[in-house]
Amino acid sequence: MQIDFAHFTPWTSLAGGLLIGAGIALFALLAGRIAGISGIVGGLLRPSRGETGWRIAFLAGLVGAPLAYALFLPLPSVRIEAGVPALIAAGLLVGVGTRYGSGCTSGHGICGLSRRSPRSIAATAAFMATGFVTVWLLRHVLGAA
Amino acid sequence: MILAYALLAGFVFGIGLLVSGLADPAKVLAFLDLAGNWDPSLLFVMGGALLVAAPAFAYIARRGRTLDGAPLHLPARGRIDRRLVLGSLVFGAGWGLAGYCPGPAVVSLAWGGLKPLLFVAAMVAGMALFALLEKRS
Repeated sequence: MQIDFAHFTPWTSLAGGLLIGAGIALFALLAGRIAGISGIVGGLLRPSRGETGWRIAFLAGLVGAPLAYALFLPLPSVRIEAGVPALIAAGLLVGVGTRYGSGCTSGHGICGLSRRSPRSIAATAAFMATGFVTVWLLRHVLGAA
Repeated sequence: MILAYALLAGFVFGIGLLVSGLADPAKVLAFLDLAGNWDPSLLFVMGGALLVAAPAFAYIARRGRTLDGAPLHLPARGRIDRRLVLGSLVFGAGWGLAGYCPGPAVVSLAWGGLKPLLFVAAMVAGMALFALLEKRS
């Protein structure tokens, strides 16, 4: 294993993580809910009374963040290596997988691990494993980075 | 009030995604590439988030109510089943394919151009497919 020190950003990543945690903590303390993005988006597809407004408000806050950020700092670059077919396939896999698995990196990876939920620990281990394997296959076996 | 809470929480979460570097799929893929030139930054994002979120969840679990005294809506602790594991394995494959998980994809809709939009559209289609299959069974 070789560490990419040139692009390693421990301090800004830690600061960003603290802020992500703060958003999740606020939502837990004030709304008593899990801030899991796949669940928030997916729940909009099966609307039920009193369960739609807060989802839209959360997503508006999420999309509003870069608009406010851009007033003070340049926005980070979004480098997407995947081509269009891979991007669509990835989106479908993420959509179906997070709904069957009841969560994603935020819901299981942060909220669930915070609560020491055995289900979330299993889910996080599973998606990290296939995440690592997929990148290894694409970059080092098929060589199609 | 929940609308204001959700807006605020989403906003802080979104700023965190921008600061952390996770809004850039290439950075996520650099973390997932253990055999290449590995960038461990994402571990620090995870650690930072857990450091703040864990005490908050512990506190409301003890309190049994929100700060306002409203009831909690936390998922019940269930068994580890096939759906959970298979679904998460599929999610991880999609995550490794493009470097996007749902949060960063939604946040980059604001300035990332057409590609994040395509990803999010496909993701919502996948979620709709799930909802359809669930309804039928």
